[in-house]
Amino acid sequence: MDGHQKELPDGLGSPDRRYIEVNTLQVRFEEVSVSYGDKKVLENINFTFPAHSLVSVLGPSGCGKSTTLMLISGLMSPTEGRIFFGDREVTKLDAVRRKVGMVFQNYALYPHLSVLDNIMFPLKMAKVPKNERRDRALELANLVQIDEHIDKKPKQLSGGQQQRVAIARALAKEPSILLMDEPLSNLDARLRLEMREEIRRIQQETNITTVFVTHDQEEALSLSDQVMVLNDGAIQQMSTPRDLYERPDNLFVARFLGKPAINTLTFDPNGRIRRMMNIPQPYAGQIETVGIRPESIMVTDRPEDALFRGEITHLERIGRDVSAKVRLGSAEMVVSGLPASVEEGQTINLTAVDDELLYFDQTGRSVRWSDVGTAAGSAGA
Amino acid sequence: MIQNPTLKSTMKAWLYILPMMLIIFTFNLYPIVKSFAMSFYTDYNFYEDVVHAYGLGNFGMILQDSDFYLAIKNTFIFVLGVVPISIALSLGIALLLNQIKFLSGFFRTVYFLPFVTSTVAISLVWNWLYHRNYGLMNYFLGWFGIEPVHWITDPDYSMLALVIMAVWKGLGFNIILFLVGLNNIDETYYKAAKVDGASGFKQFRNITLPLLGPTVFLVSVLGVINSFKVFDEVYALFQAKPGPAKSTLTVVYYLYEKFYTEYQYGIAAAAGVVLFVIILAVTLIQFAYNRKFVHY
Repeated sequence: MDGHQKELPDGLGSPDRRYIEVNTLQVRFEEVSVSYGDKKVLENINFTFPAHSLVSVLGPSGCGKSTTLMLISGLMSPTEGRIFFGDREVTKLDAVRRKVGMVFQNYALYPHLSVLDNIMFPLKMAKVPKNERRDRALELANLVQIDEHIDKKPKQLSGGQQQRVAIARALAKEPSILLMDEPLSNLDARLRLEMREEIRRIQQETNITTVFVTHDQEEALSLSDQVMVLNDGAIQQMSTPRDLYERPDNLFVARFLGKPAINTLTFDPNGRIRRMMNIPQPYAGQIETVGIRPESIMVTDRPEDALFRGEITHLERIGRDVSAKVRLGSAEMVVSGLPASVEEGQTINLTAVDDELLYFDQTGRSVRWSDVGTAAGSAGA
Repeated sequence: MIQNPTLKSTMKAWLYILPMMLIIFTFNLYPIVKSFAMSFYTDYNFYEDVVHAYGLGNFGMILQDSDFYLAIKNTFIFVLGVVPISIALSLGIALLLNQIKFLSGFFRTVYFLPFVTSTVAISLVWNWLYHRNYGLMNYFLGWFGIEPVHWITDPDYSMLALVIMAVWKGLGFNIILFLVGLNNIDETYYKAAKVDGASGFKQFRNITLPLLGPTVFLVSVLGVINSFKVFDEVYALFQAKPGPAKSTLTVVYYLYEKFYTEYQYGIAAAAGVVLFVIILAVTLIQFAYNRKFVHY
């Protein structure tokens, strides 16, 4: 066992020597719809997950994200539309023949098999010779760092260890795509962080196209190359985590991402924001809502610079982080990153970094006129 | 509310369990002890309950009685016939019932009915089914050009007739247990197995069967114990006879004859003790096997 572990750093160092050689593929959906009777779960979904990338599918519960994963795995077939792995259409293939790897939310490790037998199970199904099976399973146990526990039964393992076994089993048959259904939701906060990094490490080491379903924005934003946000069976936005946060396509995405949530105000065409932010004429007419992230707001001493003026109704100090609720007439705003000197009940003048403001039209779609300005924003995700 | 036991509280506790203890003692413990003791009564007046002599004579008698060996042999044939067939059939039916949604409640009831019907009624019906001239069994066999079988009266077929009826009768109970077992297998194991490349039969072989292990064990232990005690089916199907030429003489039937028709109470009790030892031994073997092969 020691021998295995000593080899590990070598393998990590050189990109040409991978533990698992996978012939990994992109995943493409074309006009995919799923409905149960009258209820539409997914409607005309189109996307391409590029090969070798880690893509998160993010959304509130019931948005269709688990359905998306089931469709890729072949455990469910679409009512309409086509699914491709690379150039090959797989719509009609069932899960047995799609040969994807999948990590289930509750891991679904076979309780009667040892860790090693669990990892070998897909290989046994593929009729791989016994010796080869064992070698490969040991290699994978090593990759996910579970090699000390190969003879144990799943229930003797902790949640994190079971998770590792589940990942090894999913990778065993050299799948072209790895799917993960909320794999971290059953772990406690510390383990979740650890496994998050592990999943990233394993993905980078194997370079396998990975689809990761989660309802946790922090997981999605920290882990993925690309994030696809789903709501009500439709894709809201698919982009890099940074774009998703800084340049949301619509109000749903803007509100869904960020903790604390974005402040939204009704836009007054004659108001202070309009005057101070130099919004060009044709756009000002379209804008219905303004979104301001709590961390984009700053305190200013000069009332003439202030976008808002309000009283602090509630103050929260967590270590160095000071955030507050500020009452502005009838509205209320959440502000974070305040100086430590502010007090509850105090009236403060607030302004915001102008290119970090987000504008949305009546339908909730984002209104943008300067693509340069927003991208350079400093709203740290 | 944990109190230190005092004399008063202990007495109170005993008072609470006294009614149940009385029932258990009178109807469970006393008869067991009594029948064990009775197996050692070599000279005994049943009506006056006076024992004139004790000894191992009763065991000596039955071990020299060829009928007793025949009864043991028949009982083993019955157990080995009924238990595996019943398990296989009821597992198969349970798997099918688990697949269908439509009318599954109806079919469950249909399969369970024999279990709650009186053995005498069932035996009467099967007596008709087995009738050599008018029975349905021979009618069906006639379709395949098979000569009518004398189910009830031919010593070569009477055990088969008994086994078929007993399997049919016990099916419902086993099906219910298997359905519970199947329901307890988490659906995600099947999903995982599909993703892992296991098709229908491989899923059955690698997921269903091992995870059903505890249920198979339970069903087989209950089946073995019940089948060793077979009596009423024989009595009713062959109209108070142990089958033609004693072909379905079982241990309990032997015990019954010794007790009620020959009034050899000591010998009957000794046969009971031997049956008890056999069942105990078989069950222990099953438990040992269970520890080795059934995974929880």
